[in-house]
Amino acid sequence: MKRTIFSNQLLPWLLLAPQLAITFIFFLWPAGQAIRQSFLREDAFGINTSFVGLANFRALLDSPEYLESVKVTAVFAVSVTVVSMGVALLLAVAVDRMLKSARVYTTLLVWPYAVAPAVAGILWWFIFNPTIGIMPYVLDVIGYDWNHVSSKTDAMILVVIASAWKQISYNFLFFVAGLQAIPASMREAAAIDGAGPVRRFFDITFPLLSPTTFFLLVINIVYAMFETFGVIDATTEGGPARATNIMVYKVYFDGFVGQNIGSSAAQSVVLMLLVITLTIIQFRWVEKKVEY
Amino acid sequence: MKRLITASAVALIASLSAANAQTEIQWWHAMGGELGSKLEEIVQGFNDSQNEYKVVPSYKGTYPETMTAAIAAFRAKQQPTIVQVFEVGTGTMMAAQGAIVPVYQLMQDNDVQFDPNAFLPAVVGYYTDTDGNMLSMPFNSSTPILYYNKDVFEKAGLDPEQPPKTWGEMEEFSKKIIDSGAASCGFTTGWVSWIQTENFSAWHNQPVGTEQNGFGGLDARLSLNGPVQVKHWENLKKWADEGIFKYGGPVGGDNAPPMFYSQECAMIMNSSASRAGVLANAQDFQVGFGMLPYYDDVEGAPQNTIIGGATLWVLSGRPEEEYKGAARFFEYLSSPDVQADWASFSGYLPITQAAADQMSGFFADNPGADTGLKEITLNPPTENSKGLRFGNYVQIRGIIDEEFEQLLAGSKDAQGALDSVVERGNKLLEEFQAQNQ
Repeated sequence: MKRTIFSNQLLPWLLLAPQLAITFIFFLWPAGQAIRQSFLREDAFGINTSFVGLANFRALLDSPEYLESVKVTAVFAVSVTVVSMGVALLLAVAVDRMLKSARVYTTLLVWPYAVAPAVAGILWWFIFNPTIGIMPYVLDVIGYDWNHVSSKTDAMILVVIASAWKQISYNFLFFVAGLQAIPASMREAAAIDGAGPVRRFFDITFPLLSPTTFFLLVINIVYAMFETFGVIDATTEGGPARATNIMVYKVYFDGFVGQNIGSSAAQSVVLMLLVITLTIIQFRWVEKKVEY
Repeated sequence: MKRLITASAVALIASLSAANAQTEIQWWHAMGGELGSKLEEIVQGFNDSQNEYKVVPSYKGTYPETMTAAIAAFRAKQQPTIVQVFEVGTGTMMAAQGAIVPVYQLMQDNDVQFDPNAFLPAVVGYYTDTDGNMLSMPFNSSTPILYYNKDVFEKAGLDPEQPPKTWGEMEEFSKKIIDSGAASCGFTTGWVSWIQTENFSAWHNQPVGTEQNGFGGLDARLSLNGPVQVKHWENLKKWADEGIFKYGGPVGGDNAPPMFYSQECAMIMNSSASRAGVLANAQDFQVGFGMLPYYDDVEGAPQNTIIGGATLWVLSGRPEEEYKGAARFFEYLSSPDVQADWASFSGYLPITQAAADQMSGFFADNPGADTGLKEITLNPPTENSKGLRFGNYVQIRGIIDEEFEQLLAGSKDAQGALDSVVERGNKLLEEFQAQNQ
């Protein structure tokens, strides 16, 4: 790596200052507050405060509701990742074969990414609304009684669809770029050797896409776990019977609705550790071990 | 140019000093839409009636959002003088002794005449301490009642002027309605927690928790898994399986009213304050009103219902002047004219006897509008029917919904579901007690 030598010691710090200030105000300070609060027990108004050590964390581990929420989060994150990456890859491969219209399709497919999570949630909530939505009406024809208000499975399917839909655009863009980076000569050579389209995809295209796939895997898990709050809040609010109560939503509900700040802070610290782990995997493992 | 700047500076200073002459009192509330406009009209009436104080209402979103905003503001020392808090937040507000100024004390400190006996006991009882001191000013209170579809009753061969009185009749009428094809479902309900659990218990004189439903202290624990409540939840599950009862969703039960409006369900139990909304939406049929049904084999039923809605809490740490203004504003709010006007417009209950008397003409013209008032004043409140006061109650209500959903899904029986409401709820109560000691 090439090192730039600054003649003035102050200049590099000055150039970094805006970024450092943002990191401090929007990450270090609130994160520090969360860590502090996670060791305290406090009433809503902050009048009585006492240090309780790890009691908030111990209560989490003892709570079947929290463990259930972890399970729900795992199912949700894996489903969103598989659905959004699977569909995106399919679309990307399809677009990659187009010569003239590829640009138009790409532009159209990127649109959903510009939709805010809460708006996406409301949109799908309308489509699947048991009383006024069009999908329950269609499903009724094939004999399925859709009701995400009372059915846990239906509710999970709804939030997975709404969350994955938005993320497909993002994944699609990366897959298209990844596919374009694969030299056409390799696929042509395979074709000349007699490999069919399916064989070519699995033996050539997919392995060569692996850096993109791994990158997206981490990004999607992070997305599903941390950025889907708006979707959940706008559609199911964690229900029915906690079936879609993912960890991020539980942090919000316990802290902001339930006013249990200690437990809520302990939960955000757990989430913070998770994100740090994922980031380490991303930088240390994925970026180095994946063969291009 | 220079003159223009000087002139505008003078104008600015003049306007500032004019604003300074009046003490501004911030009031954060959760009344949107038409109720919000009416609230602003009432405030305008107060502001026009004198020139010392100016109440400034700000809409802060839903009840939980308003409460959260006020608590966050208090922690940042930017709190409003008055905040509207829903009834389930009462336990949290009460326990925060350093954060609130009790209403009785506010009135006393500021020499505003205040007679606690003028208020309806069933309304203010919810918000008084064990010594009978009023802690917050009731603003909008309601209670659940039964709405029914008279046209469907007639089609099913029932007397459209006779709503079911007991749960036995609810079942019998519902079966007749379904068998005759008049409607496909008997009844639905809003608020499984508030109506089918808390009010159900009060109506049958059964405790929801120990220590007089939490009025007695922070060591109160839930005890709503008694045989009467278990029997009722068991029946609801049975009726849901038979198609007699349809579940309208958690919290307020958003899906319940549409089922009543579309004539799918012949009856609905919901807040008395929904009256205007029900009448506006029930365009193709006549609506009848009745009291909540009861089990006639339970001794002491029907007792009286309890209220829901919200009250106004005064937060501490504001300048002295603002408390004077708040006391004057509360005096204005509880005057019979303002009360009768607000209650007639909104469907909420009047909070004083004088206001209730003044509304007799309105009640005569609007049959059924006094059903809620009749229910809460049916009998003098007992320990079980004064209301409830538990900490962390927003989450406990969530637990009630979740366990009810487990019951409907068949993963628990009624006893098991209510037992786990008690067990999980008590954990939160222990936590709350520890936080506030």
